[in-house]
Amino acid sequence: MTLFSKTATELQQLLHNREVSVKEITEDAFSRIAAVEGDVQAFLTVTEQEAKAQADQLDNVPLEQRGPLFGLPIGIKDNIVTKGTKTTCASKMLEDFVPVYDAHVVERVKEAGMVTLGKLNMDEFAMGSTTEHSAFQVTHNPWNLNYVPGGSSGGSAAAVASGEALFSLGTDTGGSVRQPAAFCGVVGMKPTYGRVSRYGLVAFASSLDQIGPLTRNVEDNAMLLNVIAGNDHRDFSSSSKEVPDYRKALTGDIKGLKVAVPREFLGEGVDEAVKASVRDALKVLESLGAVIEEVDLPHAKYGAPTYYVIACGEASSNLARFDGIRYGYRPENVKNLEELYFRSRSEGFGPEVKKRILYGTYALSANQYEDVYVKAQKVRSLISQDFAELFQKYDVIVGPTSATTAYEIGKTLLDPLTLYANDILTVPVNLAGVPAISVPCGAAEGLPIGLQFIGNHFEEGLLYKVAHAFEQASDFKAGTPLVGEGQNR
Amino acid sequence: MTHQFTKDDVYYFANFARIAFTDEEAEQYADQLSELDKFAERFEEVDTANVQPMTHPLHQVNVLREDVPTDILNRDEMLASVKEHEDGMIKVPNILS
Amino acid sequence: MNFETIVGLEVHVELKTDTKIFSPAPAHFGADPNMNIHVTDLAYPGTLPTMNKRAIDYGMKASMALNCEIAPVMNFDRKHYFYPDNPKAFQISQDKRPVGSNGWIEIEVEGKKKKIRIERVHLEEDAGKLTHAEGGYSLVDLNRQGTPLIEIVTEADIRSPEEAYAFLEKLKAIIQYTGVSDVRMEEGSLRCDANISIRPFGQKEFGTKTELKNLNSFNFVRRGIANEVERQEKILLSGGKIVQETRRYDEATGQTVLMRVKGSANDYRFINEPDLSEIHIDQEWMDRVRAEIPELPDARKARYVQELDLPEYDAHVLTLTKEMSDFFDATVKAGADAKLASNWLMGEVSAYLNAEQKELHETALTPEGLASMIKLITDGTISSKIAKKVFKELIENGGDAAEIVKAKGLVQISDEGTLRTVITEILDANEQSIEDYKNGKDRAVGFLVGQVMKATKGQANPPLVNKLLLEEINKR
Repeated sequence: MTLFSKTATELQQLLHNREVSVKEITEDAFSRIAAVEGDVQAFLTVTEQEAKAQADQLDNVPLEQRGPLFGLPIGIKDNIVTKGTKTTCASKMLEDFVPVYDAHVVERVKEAGMVTLGKLNMDEFAMGSTTEHSAFQVTHNPWNLNYVPGGSSGGSAAAVASGEALFSLGTDTGGSVRQPAAFCGVVGMKPTYGRVSRYGLVAFASSLDQIGPLTRNVEDNAMLLNVIAGNDHRDFSSSSKEVPDYRKALTGDIKGLKVAVPREFLGEGVDEAVKASVRDALKVLESLGAVIEEVDLPHAKYGAPTYYVIACGEASSNLARFDGIRYGYRPENVKNLEELYFRSRSEGFGPEVKKRILYGTYALSANQYEDVYVKAQKVRSLISQDFAELFQKYDVIVGPTSATTAYEIGKTLLDPLTLYANDILTVPVNLAGVPAISVPCGAAEGLPIGLQFIGNHFEEGLLYKVAHAFEQASDFKAGTPLVGEGQNR
Repeated sequence: MTHQFTKDDVYYFANFARIAFTDEEAEQYADQLSELDKFAERFEEVDTANVQPMTHPLHQVNVLREDVPTDILNRDEMLASVKEHEDGMIKVPNILS
Repeated sequence: MNFETIVGLEVHVELKTDTKIFSPAPAHFGADPNMNIHVTDLAYPGTLPTMNKRAIDYGMKASMALNCEIAPVMNFDRKHYFYPDNPKAFQISQDKRPVGSNGWIEIEVEGKKKKIRIERVHLEEDAGKLTHAEGGYSLVDLNRQGTPLIEIVTEADIRSPEEAYAFLEKLKAIIQYTGVSDVRMEEGSLRCDANISIRPFGQKEFGTKTELKNLNSFNFVRRGIANEVERQEKILLSGGKIVQETRRYDEATGQTVLMRVKGSANDYRFINEPDLSEIHIDQEWMDRVRAEIPELPDARKARYVQELDLPEYDAHVLTLTKEMSDFFDATVKAGADAKLASNWLMGEVSAYLNAEQKELHETALTPEGLASMIKLITDGTISSKIAKKVFKELIENGGDAAEIVKAKGLVQISDEGTLRTVITEILDANEQSIEDYKNGKDRAVGFLVGQVMKATKGQANPPLVNKLLLEEINKR
């Protein structure tokens, strides 16, 4: 049985009709993992025994007590804490760290009766966009194993794309859900800042981080957001705004929808194949009755430096707690306290993390604070205002998720124009705190291309509506990569 | 604002962050920091004279908790992650030397 | 050359909330190590702070009582430094927008009143506790981590060790009145650092200051400042220079000792705490908190002097703690004469509390009990001497004075017939004393009065005994 190509709704129907058990679905997921994980290497920890034990229990739950995602398999990015299961953030610093509590989203996933398969690879502490900055392993893009899956939620995207997991959770600080979703041909949503509780998400940049679902289709994605969204008193920023049933938004009707395409999103540095694919997508939207206009997002070009200053500044603060004392990496034969600090942090963190901590420390230092950090916060205001102004006139903003398709492993030194274009596409969304979704819209040389829709605060429903309408109308079907079926590395 | 970082700059800021670098690393990081700073130079041209800094994406105020104890952490569970402890307390090496 | 002493104080006061300021763990003094902790206090990965409403209320209340302006909009900031008692490697504090600013309190030293300005009052979290073990390592207990604190920073308005002492005494009284803290220095719920400099009289600029720590009692603050001023004077007079440094007061030697030189100042890299909301304080919130502040010591002192005719000294002593002052007010309200109530509270009651190392509420004495006793004194039912017996019973076992007097038969004997009988018997037995008196030895009367008191177990009305005794002697 290969269940990995079915949707959540289809699987739920099978469960309901007793044609399949939770145990069988779970076993199927692990046999898929056994078949392809050697190639993909998406998981840092696989919790097969726990999952199977859980599946046995779940099969005893009466049908009427089961929710829409009951019994379905999910993988969790390894910067989301799981009680009793190692949570490493793909860092040597937390190599042996076993949390004593579950993140809010993990509680929600458990309450929904979902089966957790394990923890997914990522760039160390979510810093990176290729998953190559993992301290433990390189994850491969299921569409072409010589390519990266994107990052930092590379494991989350690759596991879903390769059919190892039906669902996964990623985190997005500057594009870390959407970009790997685009690279791996899956659907990835970064919800509004505050829509999903950050309690239990190991903080990278507190004012930017948000947890989001990755799935193979829009409907599954909406269903997972239904499960994880909502207020949590342990995270002040989690909104008490009511969570609508996102699945109800999937009507297919986007007639009259006002869609803005920022000129900055299709500028220099964006691959011609990507541009073409996005232009095709715009035609599909138009054919569905959407009204498309070109607009400007004038401060988007300052998104990248703003992002680096704020994200690194907050990271240097958030990661200061890793000091070798209460948990995490602690070197042996230490003579005194200062040596403990220096060695724990120098040996425990990888180079990318150190670089960002260093830059953040600089940005927050007394002499730079006003000119660099506060300046960045002011520019952030302007970027946010750009979005606010556009959303007075338009329902959604659309563009590519990434300027290119996936990069070849080990060759991610991109030319500056591409880097620049990439940052314009994803980072302003986090700075403004608005939601955005990436859906597959095409492929170039066998590698997927993602289309990004950006909405106003708390308009996830509208994003799902338009993404779903596009998905249904588009000729392009991402399908299943050939991984595990004889594809060469 | 743009700044050519030196090795000493790297050591100066790294010290606040308690990160040690070899000379070679320091040199390399100095260059990387200079690159990043050049990057940040870009927003110098933005006029922010009457702009308020944005600290949170959502403007939430007065999110407060009632003064009621809950969720006390079990000490043994806590100590399970602690490499060295004694009498229920976390051990740290000599502070003075 | 004569120098002027310049002192500013930084006082940390622990707030008496049930939970910590940013986590729901209990905030109590005295638990076993690491028992009162929440994952947030440990700075566990993924944890977030949550803001305790009562801690904000208390910060506002203390600020108001110290005559501060309350910030209409405030926030918390992260202050970064590495230390094992600081698990996040940043302390959540208030940098640019403290809860209170521009306050003052009035002190009195040698009859002179003076305002000491308070620059700011800010809320922050306390650190954990480090114990240095033998064998060159230390142990961390995080029970105290996250306990709410206010830091009160004065302007450099203090000009002598005595003023510093008076400031702290007054500050302690005010805070204690508001009920936001126990303000017990011995339990660490009040801690004080002093910034000290001197300058030649007449000079405008401040001299280089040193920071003095480890001041564990108000007396040590006074002595520490005096000693540090002396040290600085010696240096300047011998042509030396003061170095900006942190010093520690050594209780054993009474000297200040170098801890560290400030030069390589840490860069705290303050940033807005992104995991806590801004706080907006509207009039309604202000009014609610203000309504909870009781009448403060200065107001009570003025009332005692003006309305109850108490001497300034009495009013000062009675208002040092809210408990004493409340007790006094209730005693007077229950019908006791104000001056007698004051005498008893400052005299017998305080002596008892000192001897027994107790606080008022730990005794059985009630304001009603004390008032009932004072009323018996005023109306002549008992003598002051008997009153002491009644008092002992009241403070140890409680009850009503009139009933104690009745049960123990302690009513004053004021019946002339009864007393004359006793006096006749005493005089009959002490012919020699009568002789002595008639020979001009006045002291003999005292002896005879004593004999009468003894015979009546102290219950005789002393002025009446005196009068009757003289009458009876003169009859002989």
